[in-house]
Amino acid sequence: MHEVSIMAEAVRMAVQSAQAAGARRVTGLRLRVGALSGAVPEALRFAWDVVSRDTIAAGARLEIETVSATGWCAVCNAVFECAGFYNECPRCHNPSSELRRGRELEIAAVEAE
Amino acid sequence: MCKECGCGLGGGSVNIGGHAHDHDPDYGHGHYHGHEHHHEAGHTHGPFTLNLNRSLMEKNDRLAERNRGFFNAKKLLVLNVVSSPGSGKTTFIRETAAKLAGKLRVGVIVGDLATDNDAVRLRSAGVPVVQITTGTVCHLDADMVSKAAAQLALDQLDVLIIENVGNLVCPADYDLGEDLRVVLLSTTEGEDKPLKYPPMFHSANVAIVTKSDLAAAGFNREQTLANLKRVSHHAQVFELSAKTGDGMEGWVDYLVKQRAT
Repeated sequence: MHEVSIMAEAVRMAVQSAQAAGARRVTGLRLRVGALSGAVPEALRFAWDVVSRDTIAAGARLEIETVSATGWCAVCNAVFECAGFYNECPRCHNPSSELRRGRELEIAAVEAE
Repeated sequence: MCKECGCGLGGGSVNIGGHAHDHDPDYGHGHYHGHEHHHEAGHTHGPFTLNLNRSLMEKNDRLAERNRGFFNAKKLLVLNVVSSPGSGKTTFIRETAAKLAGKLRVGVIVGDLATDNDAVRLRSAGVPVVQITTGTVCHLDADMVSKAAAQLALDQLDVLIIENVGNLVCPADYDLGEDLRVVLLSTTEGEDKPLKYPPMFHSANVAIVTKSDLAAAGFNREQTLANLKRVSHHAQVFELSAKTGDGMEGWVDYLVKQRAT
C-alpha cells in the first residue's frame, strides 16, 4: 500500500538514532511487521533499496520479523490465532473482529558502527 | 509517481487553502529521546545495536494526538469522513451542515489530489471550508489537518468535518485527531466493499450506507449490513439518502448527542 513512505520513515528514524549515538554507518535494520498491517514485506524490501540509497544506511541488511495476528473474543475472552479481521471464536463460535496483535509497523532495532 | 501507493498519479505539492506547503516537513522537533549515550564526534568503536521498538507511524500519531487535544480544548466534534471516490462525501457533508443549521455550526476541511471543486460546492452552501490539494498524496495526514484547521475560525464552530481523499486504503492508517471516523458506503457500490477493504471498515466508528434512494438498482441490503456487522461490529450504522433527506434526522440527532457528551 504505502510501503515507500513507511520505509522512508524507517530510514529517517534509523539514521537519526544512529547519528545521535555517534555512529557513522547503519549496518542493519530490524522491522516488526504485523500480518494484518497492510504492508507487504516484499514491497518493503524493494522500497528499502530505493530510500536508503545516498544515506548512511545504504547497503544495510534489512531483517523483517513478521508478527502473526491474534484475535480476542469479547464474549468468552478467548485469545486465538487468526488470519483476517473478521473471525469466528474457535471456542464459543461468536463472531469477533477484535485484534490483539497483527497490526504492528515498528522499527525494532538498528545496528550501527 | 505517488510515493505512497505507487499509483502513478501526477506531481505537485500539498496546497492548503491556496498556500503551498512541503509535504514532509521536519516537524521542528529535532531532539533525540533515546537512552543511548552520545559519543564525541570522531570517536571510533565497533558495531553496536540500538533497540528502538518504536512505531513507524509515531510521527503522525503524535501529531494526531496533539490535534485531538487541541480540538477537545476548543470543544469541537471532529469527523474524518472516508470512502471510495464517488460515494457522495461532499453532498453528504453539505446536507449534514444544512440539517445542523441552527443547532451546531459546521466547518469543513476537504482533501483532494487536485482542484478545489469540492470546496466551491460547499462554500456555495454557506459552509466555511478550507481545501487541501495533496498533489501526489493519496491520504490526509495529521500535519496537513493542523495547518488547514489554522485557517478556519474554530472558535465560531462546533463541528469540524474533514473530508478525506476518496480512497479506502491509505487513509485507514493515518489518524488525524478525529473523534469519529465515518466511512461511507453507497448503495451503488458492491455489498462486499467492507470485506474487500477491511482495515478501513474495521477502524470506523460510524458506517453510513448512502444513496438509499438508489437502492432499488440491485442493492442487497441484508448482505451489506451483514458484511458491515462482520467487519465493524462496533460501528454505529445509519442508512440514509443525502439527496432526498431520508434518514438524515437520525444521523443529525446522533451528532448533536455526540457533541454534547
